Amino acid sequence: MDFSLTAVELGKKIKNKEISVVEATKAYLDSLEEKEKDIKAFVTIDREGALKRAEEVQALIDEGKLTGPLAGVPVGIKDNMCVDGMLTTCSSKILSNFKPTFTATAVQKLEEAGAVIIGKTNMDEFAMGSTSETSYYGATKNPWDLDRVPGGSSGGSAAAVAAEEVPYALGSDTGGSIRQPAGFCGVTGIKPTYGRVSRYGLIAYGSSLDQIGPLAKDVTDCATILEIICGKDEKDSTSVKESGDDFTAALVDDVKGMKIGIPKDYFGAGLDPEVKEGVMAAAKVLEEKGAIVEEFDLSLVEYAIPAYYIIASAEASSNLERFDGVKYGYRTEEFSDLHNMYKKTRSEGFGPEVKRRIMLGSFVLSSGYFDAYYMKALRTKALIKQAFDKAFEKYDVILGPVAPTTALKIGESLSDPIKMYLGDVYTVSVNLAGLPGICLPCGTDSKGLPIGLQLLGKHFDEKSIIRAAYAYEQTRSYERPAFATGKEA
Amino acid sequence: MSKVYETVIGLEVHVELATKTKIFCGCSTAFGGAPNTHTCPVCTGMPGSLPVLNKEVVNKAIAVGLATNCTITQNCKFDRKNYFYPDNPQNYQISQLYYPICRDGKVEICVDGKKKFVGIHEIHMEEDAGKLIHDPYTDSSLVDFNRSGVPLIEIVSEPDMRSAEEVIAYLDKLRTTIQYLGASDCKLNEGSMRADVNLSIREVGATEFGTRTEMKNLNSFKAIARAIENERERQIDLLEAGQEVVQETRRWDDTKEYSYAMRSKEDAQDYRYFPDPDLVPIIISDAWLEEIRNNQPEFREEKMTRYQEEFGLPEYDAEILTGTKKLADIFEETVALGANPKKVSNWLMVETMRLLKEKEMDADDIQFSAANLAKLIQLADSQAINSSVAKEVFEVIFEKDIDPDQYVEEKGLKTVNDEGELRATVEKVIAENPQSVEDYRNGKEKAIGFLVGQTMKAMKGKANPGMVNQILKELL
Repeated sequence: MDFSLTAVELGKKIKNKEISVVEATKAYLDSLEEKEKDIKAFVTIDREGALKRAEEVQALIDEGKLTGPLAGVPVGIKDNMCVDGMLTTCSSKILSNFKPTFTATAVQKLEEAGAVIIGKTNMDEFAMGSTSETSYYGATKNPWDLDRVPGGSSGGSAAAVAAEEVPYALGSDTGGSIRQPAGFCGVTGIKPTYGRVSRYGLIAYGSSLDQIGPLAKDVTDCATILEIICGKDEKDSTSVKESGDDFTAALVDDVKGMKIGIPKDYFGAGLDPEVKEGVMAAAKVLEEKGAIVEEFDLSLVEYAIPAYYIIASAEASSNLERFDGVKYGYRTEEFSDLHNMYKKTRSEGFGPEVKRRIMLGSFVLSSGYFDAYYMKALRTKALIKQAFDKAFEKYDVILGPVAPTTALKIGESLSDPIKMYLGDVYTVSVNLAGLPGICLPCGTDSKGLPIGLQLLGKHFDEKSIIRAAYAYEQTRSYERPAFATGKEA
Repeated sequence: MSKVYETVIGLEVHVELATKTKIFCGCSTAFGGAPNTHTCPVCTGMPGSLPVLNKEVVNKAIAVGLATNCTITQNCKFDRKNYFYPDNPQNYQISQLYYPICRDGKVEICVDGKKKFVGIHEIHMEEDAGKLIHDPYTDSSLVDFNRSGVPLIEIVSEPDMRSAEEVIAYLDKLRTTIQYLGASDCKLNEGSMRADVNLSIREVGATEFGTRTEMKNLNSFKAIARAIENERERQIDLLEAGQEVVQETRRWDDTKEYSYAMRSKEDAQDYRYFPDPDLVPIIISDAWLEEIRNNQPEFREEKMTRYQEEFGLPEYDAEILTGTKKLADIFEETVALGANPKKVSNWLMVETMRLLKEKEMDADDIQFSAANLAKLIQLADSQAINSSVAKEVFEVIFEKDIDPDQYVEEKGLKTVNDEGELRATVEKVIAENPQSVEDYRNGKEKAIGFLVGQTMKAMKGKANPGMVNQILKELL
C-alpha cells in the first residue's frame, strides 16, 4: 500500500479495481494503529465499523451505485462533528461518554459519496486552542517533529493527514483551526465562506464563525472534498445556496492577470523572518506565472484578535450551557442539590481553557458590559468586513502567512494564553469577515518545519483561491515528513 | 383623612400558538402523548443540532399584531435568554429582546359602558420549555420535552389598566381576537393562555408610578380578579403602615387566596441576552404583510354589527353569540342550513348556555354539529315534536351529536296530532280526576293545568299541547 497517494489518486485506484476498499481500509488501519503510538491524532478508531463499511462501499461500487471520486477512500472526522452512534467527545471529559443519534450533514454527504470513516480526530477541547494540547485525551504531536504541536484546533486532522494515517480529514475553522494546523503540518486545508457548508451536527463553538472544511495533501483533494460537502441545508438556516461551487473546475494552472494583494500589515513585527521569506518567495512564484502582485494597507488588523475573542467566547459561553450533566455526557458523582450538580459537573467536566473562555464570554454578555464589549466587537467585526470588501474591489486574492511562526514546541504557549491568542493574528479576521481561505505548504524553515501560505478570497469565491493555490502547487512537489516515510511498510 | 389610591396594572400574556409543528423543528405540538415522544435532537438541545424557524409562527404572530394595531418589525431577530434550569434543554431560551416582531399596538376595551384603549408595548415570539415531573418514590425529577419548543407569543401591555374589571375586559378582548384568528385556543385553565399581572399603586393624581410586583400562577379570570384585589390591598396596607413595596415576583395561591414572594429584584438573574447566531434575521416584506392583512377574519365587533343588521338579532344576542368564535361559527353554519336566525340564537343562548354551565364546560368544548341543530329546529318548526320533547332531544344532541330525525323516529317521540287518540286519552283523564274537574268547574282556572299535565304524562309527553288544551276545554 502506497500511503503517499492523495485521496483522489486512491479513489481512482479503487475505481480501477487496483485495490479494494477493504484492502485500503485495512492497510490504513494497520499502519495508523502503529503510528498512533507517537502521534495521538485520534480520539476514537472504529476498526470494526470501518471494515464493515468498507465491504458495503465496495459492493455499492461494484453495483455501479457509487461512482464519485472519493468512493471507498478512508477519512478521519474531527471529534466535534456528530456521527450517529460513534463516540463524539469534542476532546472533552464532559462529553467523554456521548454518542450522537444523528450524523452531521457534511459527514453524511461524504458517506453518501462513499467515504469510509476510520475514526474521530483529536482537537483542542471544544475547538478552543491553537495547539491541540487542551484535549482531555492528551496532546497530538506534529509528525514533522514529535516535540512540537500540530497546531489547532484541528490538529488531529492535520497531523493524521501529514502522518498519512488517513488520506484526508474534515476539520472545522472558527479562528484559523483548519488553516493554521494545515500550515504547521505541511498539508492543505480550506476554510470555506461562512454558509457554504452546513453546520448541522457540528458541535458549536462560535456559531457565527464556525465552518467545516477539508484537510488533505493537495489542492485537488480539497476542491474535490469541498464540492461534496458544500450546499444549502434545510437544517441550517445560516447555510446558503450559492453558485460557484464547481470547485474542481478551478484546478487550472493559470494565474495570468490575476490581481493578488499583499497586506503590509501582515508582514510587520512578530513575524518570523523565515516565514516571511517563504511566503514572499511564493508570491514571487505567482508573479512569475503572470499574476499582478502588489502590497497594500489592510488596516484594523490589530483589532481582529480582541474582537474575535469577545465574539467567539460570548457565543461559546451560551453554546456550552447545554453541557450540564442533566441529559447526556459526564455528571459529577456526588452532589447536594441541582445547582451543586451543575457547578461540580461543569467544574470537573471542562478543562482550563474552556473555562477561561466561558468566563470571558459570560462577562462580556453581562448587563452593564454588553455594549462596551460585545456590541463594540460586533461593530469592529463589521468594519473588518468592510476593510476586506474594499481590498477585494482591487484584488482577486489576498496573500499572506497563516501564522507568525512555524510549529511551536509542546508546552510553549500553553502557559501563556495571550501568546497563543496572538498567534491567531492572520487567521481570525477571515472568520470575522466570513471569507474563504486556503492554506498550503510553501517550503520549510531552517528547522525543517513547514511554512504555511494563506490565500484569501471574496465571499463565495473559493474558486479564485483554489486556482491560485493550484497554480502555485504545480511549481513544487509535496513534501512528506520523515515520520511518514520512515514508517512506510 | 385617608388617602385615595389608584391601581396601575400592566399584563404580560403568554399565548401558545396553534401551529401543527414546533417553532424550531418539525415535531408535533399535539397535547399529551407519552413523555418525550414529540421530540427530536433540536427540541432536546442535543449537541450539534440547530434551530430552523417555522414560518407559520411568524404568520400567526403578525396576524395577532395586525389585529391589535401594532407596528410590525419588518426586520426582526431572535435573541438568546441564558439561564440554567433542567426544563430548558439548551439552558437558553430562544426569544426576542432587541427586535420583537410587533410594537406599539392598542386594543379597545369597554367596562360599564365606558370605552378606553389599552396600549400594547410589544409582542415577541419565543419557545416554550419542557415539563419537570418530580417522582416522590425515587426522589428524583424527570423531564418531559414534549412541550419544549412549542411556539409562544408574549403580549406585553402598557401599564394602562386601573381595575380588575379592565384587566378581565382586556384579556377577554385578546382571547376572542386570537381565537377568531385561529392563532390559539387561549385556554387559561390548560395553560395555552397565561397572564402575569404587574401591579403598583399610587395616590390619585400622582404622576410617578409606584413600585410594582409581578404576580404569577393565575389560572382563571376569577383568580386574576381575586389576586388583583388582594395585591392592591396588600400594597395599600404596606404604604399605610409606612413600609415600602418591594419589587418582586409573587406567586398566587388561589385556594388560600394569598400570594407569597418568589424572588426579589436583587435575586433577579442576568440573562445575558444576545442575538442568536444560529438564526438569520426575519425579513418581512410588504407583500407578506399585505397577504396576512387580506386574510384577516371578521372580528367580533364586525360580526356583532352584521348579526344585528343581517339577521335582525337584538344587540344582546349578537354580543353573546360572538363571545366565542365557536358559538359564532355554529350560529352561522346553522343559519346557513336554512334555520331561522332568532330560533338558532335562542337554542344557543338558552339551552346551550344552560348545559355548558351545568356541565362546567366552555363554548370551545361544544361537540354538536350545526347540521343536527338545524334538523332539530326543523322538527320543532313543523310541529313534528313539541317543545318539551325538543329540549329533551337537544340534550342528547348536546351530549352525543345524534341525528334528531333518526332519534325521534327510533324513540317514537313524534307529537300525537291524532284527534281521536287525544280525545280518548283526555276522556280517560277526566274520568280519573273528578276532583280537578270539579275544581275547574268551580272556577279554579289553574286546575286545567293539572289535567293537561296528566294527559301529557299518559301520552309520554308526545301529545300536541295546543290540541290537548282545546279538547279539555271543550269536554269540560
